[in-house]
Formats: sequence, structure tokens, C-alpha cells
Amino acid sequence: MGEHIVRALRGVSLEIEHGEFVAVTGPSGSGKSTFMHIAGCLDRPTSGEYVLDGKDVSKTPKDELARVRSEKIGFVFQGFNLLTRTTALDNVELPLLYRAKNGFKSAERHKRAMASLEAVGLGQRFHHMPNQLSGGQQQRVAIARALVNEPSMILADEPTGNLDTRTSIEVMGIFQKLNKERGITILLITHEMDIAEYGTRLIRFRDGRIVADQAVLHRRNAADELAALPPPEPDQIPPPAEAGAAAH
Amino acid sequence: MSLFMTFRIAFKALARNKLRTALTMLGMIIGVAAVIAMVALGSGAQATVEAQIMSTGTNLITVMPGNFTAGAARGGGGSNTRLVEADAAALRELPSIAMVTEVVSTRQQLIYGNMNWQTGIEGVNVDNPAIRSWQVLYGGFFTPEDVRSAAKVIVLGANVSDNLFGEGVDPTDTIIRVRNHVFKVLGVMQRKGASGGGMTNQDDQAFVPYTTVMKKLSGQQNLNRILASARSADDIAGTKANVESTLRQMHAIVPGDADDFTVQTQEDQVALRTQTTQTMTSLLAGVAFVSLVVGGIGIMNIMLVSVTERTREIGLRLAIGARGSDVLFQFLIEACVISLVGGAIGIGVGYLVSWLVEVYQQWPTMIPPDAVFTAVAFSAVVGIFFGFYPARKAAGLDPIEALRFE
Repeated sequence: MGEHIVRALRGVSLEIEHGEFVAVTGPSGSGKSTFMHIAGCLDRPTSGEYVLDGKDVSKTPKDELARVRSEKIGFVFQGFNLLTRTTALDNVELPLLYRAKNGFKSAERHKRAMASLEAVGLGQRFHHMPNQLSGGQQQRVAIARALVNEPSMILADEPTGNLDTRTSIEVMGIFQKLNKERGITILLITHEMDIAEYGTRLIRFRDGRIVADQAVLHRRNAADELAALPPPEPDQIPPPAEAGAAAH
Repeated sequence: MSLFMTFRIAFKALARNKLRTALTMLGMIIGVAAVIAMVALGSGAQATVEAQIMSTGTNLITVMPGNFTAGAARGGGGSNTRLVEADAAALRELPSIAMVTEVVSTRQQLIYGNMNWQTGIEGVNVDNPAIRSWQVLYGGFFTPEDVRSAAKVIVLGANVSDNLFGEGVDPTDTIIRVRNHVFKVLGVMQRKGASGGGMTNQDDQAFVPYTTVMKKLSGQQNLNRILASARSADDIAGTKANVESTLRQMHAIVPGDADDFTVQTQEDQVALRTQTTQTMTSLLAGVAFVSLVVGGIGIMNIMLVSVTERTREIGLRLAIGARGSDVLFQFLIEACVISLVGGAIGIGVGYLVSWLVEVYQQWPTMIPPDAVFTAVAFSAVVGIFFGFYPARKAAGLDPIEALRFE
């Protein structure tokens, strides 16, 4: 509210190419959140410019920014942020409802939402409510929601923060797959170094500046790791009904 | 995004929390139902009074002696009546007047055999049944010849006949005694029930030629009232003005002096009698209106809580491409749907309540269409008015802050 000015970012200059998988890390207060908000068109820089897909959006008015978000950016959050008492399918359809132009008819929306859910391996869970899904499944619904508008970039803010190791690897596997197969740019914000290593490029923030920007040397491959892991114990994937009861 | 989509989204959001939606609606339902039921009771009472007064005759104009003002009750007329036969004759000449009857009242004991009954006797002219749209049940009414000759003939009200002869008996051509005079019963009037005010039973009276009352029963020279029937219902007010100017001429009242008579149309009587019921209706409707406003504040309250509770949801919607206006309309529509659906259900409940009152309390009710319209319009306004502030609050949220909200 402007009590006093905090310069969360200063002199940050970087370029991200189409199809990169960039991991942004840094301690809290380093400015990585502010960077993410600007990159995600949720906020505008006080000065400087942000060129997204060849267009400067740093002076774009709020409603225009909403449209840019709708068309170009998919968000995945730490807390999933699914609508409660709303089926996975309806949750995934939500961004389609807010499309400013080229809105789809109901049947087309359904088709796209289903395709999105299938892409994240939730083909059997269309009509489940969030509280009937495990954390990993909920995050996959969120990824499907981010995908449904075919964005050029997915912005994932601590997507594995609420997940156990195995599910984290599964989720990172989905990101790697989307990045590789569809060429979607992934911007991953995390403070866990091992998660950051699933990306192709690592940017480290400290005190509002970039202190490191390098390619990931030993990139982790989620698919291989998952195959090497022992199969999940039966009680690790609770049946949907029990999961629903536990969530309440 | 299209408005239709916003509606869809708002409906889905309401459906997600059915209990809260229903409870919020309840305030609106009770408010609207109360307004409808109260107005129905009041209007019902008013309609009854109106119907009773209208049943006293067709296009009836009543001339009474003395001055009488409706609002500030300057009564006291009638003690020195200055209405005379010539006045009635003059009114008969008016082109806008169809029928006129003189009225002279007295109270007498009627005796038949070992039965007797005291009742009001109205001395009237032959047009009395037509003016009061009141037909005879048995026998007939008297003729102009009877009036000219001050004949001792009488037409009984149904109650009087019941008391003298017993129920269901046709007493036509029977001879009865009225104050030492022998009268021949010409017929019995149809049953009519209580008059406008509900104070007097119109069936408890008898009619004789007015000349007979003047010459043989009471000896008075003045008329107690003149009843006239206007030719058409279209210009009652104009006819009333004609009657007034004619009577002022007859009574030689100079301009600037007050009338010494009062002319009342049925509308005047309705206005007079319904003043009380109207006051009552507005009072009740006022109380009901307060509950409607309380219902509206309830909606605002819940919507505000809902905005806080759904902060993260709003943040998410903004992040995935909703504009501020989309969120504003979503919340505004939610508030309007609650109040409109609540209002619609409230109308139904209001109808039900008034129907129950009518059936179980024998209290006539009437729901004026404009009351229903007002209730609907008002609930929409309540929705927009009380929904706007929470909606604007939701639309103004910063998506980053909202997403972080715990």
C-alpha cells in the first residue's frame, strides 16, 4: 500500500527462450516471488520492461494483462487452488470460461478439458471432487487446468511444496514431459535444490539480484527415477472415498 | 467473457454452497412473503368494504342535509334538515341524473297478530329498488299512484318478514299494523346483508311511500336524504358538481357561503371508510418492509463473508484470466440471484399465507398485482444495492495478495 518502497528486484536482466525449463531458486526475500509475479503478468514492474512473446507488457493495463494471462500463461501453485465441491473436469474447464475471445462451445470445452486431464494421466478421474483426490492427483488437476488454454509458458510456484518425494518426482515428470513433447516453456520457482535440478537452466536470486544463471550440469530425469523407485505400497495411494473422508 | 458465462459461473458458485445460499435466501423469502401477506390482508379488507358500498346501488349519489367533511369530521348535520321535495324534483330534471328517490326515515313498531317488531321505516319513492339495485323477493313494490295518494302500503325487509311471519313465508297482501294504521304488505325485499360500514343490517327495515311517512307516520316536512342514480359511471364527479350547483341554487346560497348539504358519491364513501384500513395496511406493510431491508443487509453480510472466505478462489480466477469486471459481475449476479429467487419464493409463500388466512380465518384477502411487481423489483434492487459493495471489494482484490491469503 506504499507505506515505504521496497525494491524487491533491481537490475535484473535476463532472457528466457521458448522451450526452456528454467528453475528459479533463492532464499525467502530474495525477490524470486516478485520476479514470478512480473513474469506471470500478475504484477507490473515499477520501471524497466518485460517483453513476453515479442510484446512489451510492462505498461499494459490490468484488464489487458488478464487477457495475456488467459492466453499465454498457465499457473500451478503450491496449494493447488482447486475450487472445492467442483469436479476435476469443471476445475480444468474454468480457464476456458474466462477466454476473452475464441470462446468455445460447451462440448468443445468438455473435449479440451478431458484431453488436458488425460495428458496428466487422470483419464479416470473426470468426475471426482478435489477432496476425493490425493495431493498428487490434485496437483495434476491443477497442471491440467494450466494446460487447457495451450499456454506458451507454465509458471509453477513451489509445485512440490505440499507433496511427498515420490509424488514430487511424478509431478516433475509431467513438467519434463510437457516441456519436451510440447515445447512449453516452464518457469519453476522452488527453494529445493534437488527439485531445481529437473530444469535445464538454474537462476539463483539473492537480495533482489541474480547471483547465478547457469545450465544444469547433471539434469535429473523424473521418468528414469520413477522407474528405479520401488512400486508404491498399497496404502500410499488411498482409495478415493477414504481420501475424501480424511480431507474433511 | 460473455454475460451468459458469468451467469453460469455465478450459478455454479451458488450451487457449490447450497446451505449458505438457502439461508441467505431465507431473509429475502421472509421479507417478501411478509410484505405480500400484509398487503393481501389489507387490500382484502379494503376490497370488502368497497364491494359492500358499491352493492348499495348503481352510480349512487347521496345527498344529505348539513355539512360533513370527511377528513376533519365536521359532522353534526341532519339536525335541522333543509332538504325538501322541491330539491328532489329539481334533481330529477338534471339530464345526467337517471333516477331520484326522496328518503324520509322513522322508527316504528310493526304488529302482526301476536308478533311485533320495531324497525326503521324508510319512506321512499318508486325508483328506490332500481337506485339501490335491490329487487323484491315476494310480491312487488309500490306504484307512483301509491306515492301520490300516500297509500298505506309497505314492503318489508327480509329480516322484518322473518320476525313477523316466520322464515320462508310469503306475507304478500297480509294486513299489519303500524302505529295505529293499517298497512297492506305489498312484498318482501331480497336479502342484502350488512351495509357498507357493517353496522346496520339492511334487511332489518321496511319501505313505504315517503308521502305516507310525512302525512301519516311522522308528520315531518323535510327529507332526511335524497338518493340519486347517475346516468353513467363515467362522469360521477361532474354529475356530483351538477347536483351541488343545483341544490345551491334551490337553497339560494350565495357564492362564498358554505353548502348546507353534503353530496357523497360511492367513491367518497369508499374513501371515507377505507381510510382506516389503508392506515392499517401501510403500517403492516411498513413493518414488513423493514424485514425486507433486514433481509437485504443479510445478503450483504453473507456476501462480504463470502468474499473473505473465497479470497483464494478469487485470486485464482484472476490469475487464470478473469478480469476485475468478471469477478464483479459474478458476485453481483450471485447477490441478485439470491434476492430474486428469494423474492420469487417469497411471493409463493406470501400467496400461501394469505390463502391459509382466508381459509382458516375467513378473512378475505386480495393480492394486488402491483404489490407483487413491487416486491420483485424491490428484491432485485436489494440484490444490486447490497451486492455491489462486496462485489466491488472482490473485484478490487490484488491477485497476488489473494492467492497468498490463508
